[in-house]
Amino acid sequence: MENAPVSTVSPEAPAVASKPWLPERVQSVLLAVAFPVLLVVLWHQLVVMTGTKLVPKPYQVGTMMWDFAFGGIHDDAFSGTILTHLFASMQRVYGGFALAIVIGIPLGLLIGKVKIIRQLLDPTLSLLRPIPVTAWLPLSMIFFGLGPRSAVFLVFLGAFYPILLNTIFGVRSVDPRLFEAASMLGCDGSRMFRQVVLPAAMPGIFNGLRLAHGFAWILIVVGEMTGVPTGLGSVIMDGRTLSRTDMVITGMIIIGIAGFLTDRIIVCINNWMLRWSPQHHG
Amino acid sequence: MVENTAKARRQFLSIRDVTKTFQLGADSVQALRSVNLTIDKGEFVCLIGASGCGKSTLLRIIAGFEQPTSGQICLHENTITGPGSDRGMVFQDYALFPWMTVRENISFGPRQKGLAKKYIDEITNEHLHMVGLEKFADRYPMQLSGGMKQRVAIARVLANECELLLMDEPFGALDALTRESLQQELLEIWERTKVTVIFVTHSVEEAVLLSDRVVVMTAGPGRIEADVPIELVRPREVSAIDFNQVRREITQRLTSHVAPRELKAVA
Repeated sequence: MENAPVSTVSPEAPAVASKPWLPERVQSVLLAVAFPVLLVVLWHQLVVMTGTKLVPKPYQVGTMMWDFAFGGIHDDAFSGTILTHLFASMQRVYGGFALAIVIGIPLGLLIGKVKIIRQLLDPTLSLLRPIPVTAWLPLSMIFFGLGPRSAVFLVFLGAFYPILLNTIFGVRSVDPRLFEAASMLGCDGSRMFRQVVLPAAMPGIFNGLRLAHGFAWILIVVGEMTGVPTGLGSVIMDGRTLSRTDMVITGMIIIGIAGFLTDRIIVCINNWMLRWSPQHHG
Repeated sequence: MVENTAKARRQFLSIRDVTKTFQLGADSVQALRSVNLTIDKGEFVCLIGASGCGKSTLLRIIAGFEQPTSGQICLHENTITGPGSDRGMVFQDYALFPWMTVRENISFGPRQKGLAKKYIDEITNEHLHMVGLEKFADRYPMQLSGGMKQRVAIARVLANECELLLMDEPFGALDALTRESLQQELLEIWERTKVTVIFVTHSVEEAVLLSDRVVVMTAGPGRIEADVPIELVRPREVSAIDFNQVRREITQRLTSHVAPRELKAVA
């Protein structure tokens, strides 16, 4: 009964104001899917029109992906090996990424908060930063050999700088009054870092993590092109040498999907950890 | 001699010949010049003055966030060298920890002392109740109004059992109605806890309403112009005649250096 007057007052007014042709959620999913579908159709049409033999049609890539995942079609060295390669790459990506987090965040907090450490390290790090990570490839092969450790090192280097710089920026953009408030409440030393500096810098840190994670997937391909037998990068490299473009594209798509899913996980963690600040939600 | 030592013992906070010079590039700006002030335990003192008179700087030196260029400040005859939990600052922009709930903000000080959890909860609940925010205990600062945030900030320093409450234009960013109710709440808390308060404001009415003493400061360089005891009976009424008299007196002292000619003409 309580609702009765309300429903009689406004039966049509809001309906006229904005009646979406589809629920908001459905619409956003449809639009998000529509664009890649359009691209695939365009891809197919372009291959047919030009008659090229160098680029496979979408369905050939689809077949390759099926074979890569479950086997039974081409039955070659790649059939049904997706998990081997995916896990190999994921191990290296997350290994290098984790290493970059473990070193980058504490170092960033220290550089951001402690003047003397900033004066000691910042100039050197700024000098090393412009060197493209790929330029380290020859050296990393000397340091770590031709194996996967070299790939992990490159991923680490690529992920390290975004995490470090965004952590420093995160600390530097904290209202200095928060540190004053903490110190007057009896918080100092390492407790200050754990209880105030780290959480206060979290928005910056998560920016860095998302950027770094993107770089990590970029660099895994470079890292795995150095003669590692497994990994999505090596699949792409082998596809290139064997002129199997369908395999190259398959590798690209799987990296895209894996990177996208991991990014979603990072965003979820971000939204949970920064639940106090909706403006920082991804 | 006996009288002097007795006086010294009674002196809760003493500011002795404090000077503060800021270096701005090649220029140096004198923010405070030989400021002397003593404050007794339990007093409510307002620092008032135009912007640039150094009242906030003085408060920040007392808090230990800044060092005086010369002179010293002693609390219980111990020279202040840095921030400490015996003094609690309430900032104009609250400075609450945004990632902590109201409860976590208030319990921050007690948690630093490593007290037993049961005791921390007790203190926190008591102070949540004191500022009337029990229902909002699990909210984040971003979900609170300005008045609520300032209540949390006050509860946070009181839960830390500070002896000296430093307030830097705490109600300056609030609307008039919220400001009035917070002024009343602050007076109630002060009367109950007998904490010593140094309150920076630029509102004469606020200063007269709240304080035992109004310390008038002037700029260029910042120094103490007058130290006026307010002897009005509490609770005070802003529209009362004697209240207005005191307000006018202080306003004159405050503006005498700004516009001396006009005042002479009036006299």
